[in-house]
Amino acid sequence: MKLTVWTYEGPPHVGAMRVATAMKGLHYVLHAPQGDTYADLLFTMIERRDHRPPVTYTTFQARDLGADTAGLFRTACQDAYDRFQPEAIIVGASCTAELIQDDPGGLAETMGLPIPVIALDLPSYQRKENFGADETFFQIVRHLAKPCDRTERISCNLLGATALGFRHRDDVAEITNLLYEMGIEVNVAAPLGATPSDIARMGAAHFNVLLYPETGELAARHLEKTFGQPYTKVVPIGVGATRDFIAEIRALSGSTATLDTNPLRQTWWTRSVDSTYLTGKRVFIFGDGTHAMAAARIARDEMGFEVVGLGCYNREYARPVRAMAKDMGLEALITDDYLEVERAIEAAQPEMILGTQMERHIGKRLGIPCAVISAPVHVQDFPARYSPQMGFEGANVMFDTLIHPLVMGLEEHLLHMFREDFEFHDAAGPSHHGGHAPKPTEQTQTPVSEPESVTTGDVVWLHDAERELRKIPFFVRGKARRNTEAFASGRGLSEISVDTLYEAKAHYAR
Amino acid sequence: MTQHLSPPATGCRSTPILKERGQREVFCGLTGIIWLHRKMQDAFFLVVGSRTCAHLLQSAAGVMIFAEPRFATAILEESDLAGLNDAHAELDRTVTELLARRPDIRQLFLVGSCPSEVIKLDLGRAAERLTMQHAPKVRVLNYSGSGIETTFTEGEDACLASMVPVLPKTDARELLVVGALPDVVEDQMLALLDGLGIGPVRLLPARHIDTETAVGPNTVFALVQPFLGETHAALVRRGATHLAAPFPFGDEGTTAWLAAIAREFGVSDETFRAVTEAPRRRARQAIAQASETLNGKSVFFFPDSQLEIPLARFLARECGMTPIEVGSPYIHDALHGPDLDLLPSGPTISEGQDVDKQLDRCRAARPDLTICGLGLANPLEAEGLSTKWAIELVFTPVHFYEQAGDLAGLFARPLKRRAVLEAAV
Repeated sequence: MKLTVWTYEGPPHVGAMRVATAMKGLHYVLHAPQGDTYADLLFTMIERRDHRPPVTYTTFQARDLGADTAGLFRTACQDAYDRFQPEAIIVGASCTAELIQDDPGGLAETMGLPIPVIALDLPSYQRKENFGADETFFQIVRHLAKPCDRTERISCNLLGATALGFRHRDDVAEITNLLYEMGIEVNVAAPLGATPSDIARMGAAHFNVLLYPETGELAARHLEKTFGQPYTKVVPIGVGATRDFIAEIRALSGSTATLDTNPLRQTWWTRSVDSTYLTGKRVFIFGDGTHAMAAARIARDEMGFEVVGLGCYNREYARPVRAMAKDMGLEALITDDYLEVERAIEAAQPEMILGTQMERHIGKRLGIPCAVISAPVHVQDFPARYSPQMGFEGANVMFDTLIHPLVMGLEEHLLHMFREDFEFHDAAGPSHHGGHAPKPTEQTQTPVSEPESVTTGDVVWLHDAERELRKIPFFVRGKARRNTEAFASGRGLSEISVDTLYEAKAHYAR
Repeated sequence: MTQHLSPPATGCRSTPILKERGQREVFCGLTGIIWLHRKMQDAFFLVVGSRTCAHLLQSAAGVMIFAEPRFATAILEESDLAGLNDAHAELDRTVTELLARRPDIRQLFLVGSCPSEVIKLDLGRAAERLTMQHAPKVRVLNYSGSGIETTFTEGEDACLASMVPVLPKTDARELLVVGALPDVVEDQMLALLDGLGIGPVRLLPARHIDTETAVGPNTVFALVQPFLGETHAALVRRGATHLAAPFPFGDEGTTAWLAAIAREFGVSDETFRAVTEAPRRRARQAIAQASETLNGKSVFFFPDSQLEIPLARFLARECGMTPIEVGSPYIHDALHGPDLDLLPSGPTISEGQDVDKQLDRCRAARPDLTICGLGLANPLEAEGLSTKWAIELVFTPVHFYEQAGDLAGLFARPLKRRAVLEAAV
């Protein structure tokens, strides 16, 4: 048993729902107890879909258990077919139905429905949502994709975009445009927007673009093995990654078309002088493996940040995340326990967090600015406006997203200049950022008579040093305090004076 | 708008009920934890279930999940399913860990889920064992909030019913008010009862375990929520007497509810009028504003919380709406009867659900307003129907006089919004 309040991922059948809801002409019959329909509202509310997910639940109750839950499943399956007339059906069990062992796959196959019936085996007590989506998409492709001739023009499939995917809608549009500019047509984008008959003609593409490894890698590997279609390995999030992706596409397609990079503003924006103050900002990055790694590359190579923490919640991508963290001189944090993430963030004392909805709340608690880069996300991260993460427009979006919670150059400069000024003192904080909002505890501390010295751990802060520390803007004060203490204990000092503070400052100066 | 308590020429009590079975688009009883834990300030709710249960609580609790809530899920893992003995040891370990981390907890509820019920994990026995282990500081109880046994608000029913057998015994003739209400509403209710000279009033659930809630053969109880069938039965088993009354929604419902209690405790008509006159006038005034939008409009209720019948009664009699269908997950004659008596005949009364068939009926009827869950609301809006999502009616203060206007407002807002947006096109 594992004590849990927050989960980064839902159960695997929610992953299957993400695939079913992404597609058209496909229906999911889910053997599940009354109540499991709660998952519908993730799609109708968070993603604001205007139709019900194409899922029929058997919604069995206690009184059905002694009797004929298998019969209930058959009826639900037949009713779903009669009512929705799908091109194909996927069937499976949720966690409770897995325990009663009715075998939805076997039951559905014996019904003789005139359409393909695809059985899903999703181990609910071992695996999670992303696995559910990956496996479901793979099974659909495995059952439905037929060998066919390659298209005359160079074409590719886009793999992995699903319902409830973080910015999947706009990423697909962005990459479709990019490929079009390179003279490559999209044969099928799947699961998002595809029908079972679209899946059948996936074999006609020359190669595959794997947008999201978490939800498309099994299918990509299968298509490579069965139809000899190679797939892209670079996920085009960030300018560098997008350029590598373009190179990869050129190698796969032979395209030599020139690309219009005028709309790409991120490279100039990061070079403009106002961005100088971004240099060395300490960031902590957490999310799904793909987005966390992409964000780490952007943070370090394109924004000039210092990455002080990197991790992911989906164990499936632990290996590449570990490798990348090692490359950055860090130890990766692989966990699905948000308390562990919170502890790691507290220990690292970053100036900014890039993470999920959960990290946003951790950031709020700790007073650290945060930008969201990965699912799970709330309704505000399914925006109405065009906001891809991928390609050149994605890079522009990302730049804005990453700098928005931070104090920009001129503002930070003013804070330094006028830090004693009544409008710019500690508690005032900058004008428009939640992360830097005034901290009431610090405000209430000022009127009380200050103690002679402050003890933190083994080291004592002398009164003067403590006062000097308070002159440092609050958003870097945590780092200064930690560095000074580390410096002092490294030298066996038991007290910190003003001199120690400045010695440490000089020592850590970049 | 009716100002008298006269029943309509024909009510709905004897209307044949359309009973349906099929796919049910409803929450399970675990959802009740979200508001129950806010009410019982020293209680912790530990669900023994799967990742799905944790995910449901997370989806239902929204941002509350980030506020160190007093609930959690012990997620069953592969190894827990192998042998039952092992599962009990695991549960003990988890509970000990939890109680060490939260020393403020006085009552712990082990909440059963579909997976724990299906593997027949005996949480009743576990609760007894853990009570002995952690007595006298912590009392451990058990109930099921599983989808296979409970629908949405029935989770509160199961929870309260689990507390009834362990309530202290009393021979005092006391009023016990049953059902969790927002604190602000509860205080208004206590002030009204106090004005009528009725007291002490005991509450179930109380805010703290030490509060003196007791039950016995002279206890008289009134329900403020219509979904408390099991709790009703458990209290009757302990000899308490139920006061049948319409539920306290709107001016009329609140007055009828208070009147039933006043009659029982021999309060004079004069006192009753004196206490209720001013709040009744305020309630009517507030309802009048919102009901301008609602008057003459039709309304369709999908089953969700068992609040549907009393709310349909309020909308029909005090806001001038015409119910087309009133769906409820369960209909309990002793509880819903008084409201059915007052609901003017006409609507289909349905119990249970076959969601696709019910959607067909709803589309055919084209009601002006549809009350339904979040899974149906946006899809129906996209089809051009105005909706009010039902879960809000359980979380928002809506009972008694001072909330009557807000209650009507909840139904009026979607219609006003549609009018505003359509006028702009």
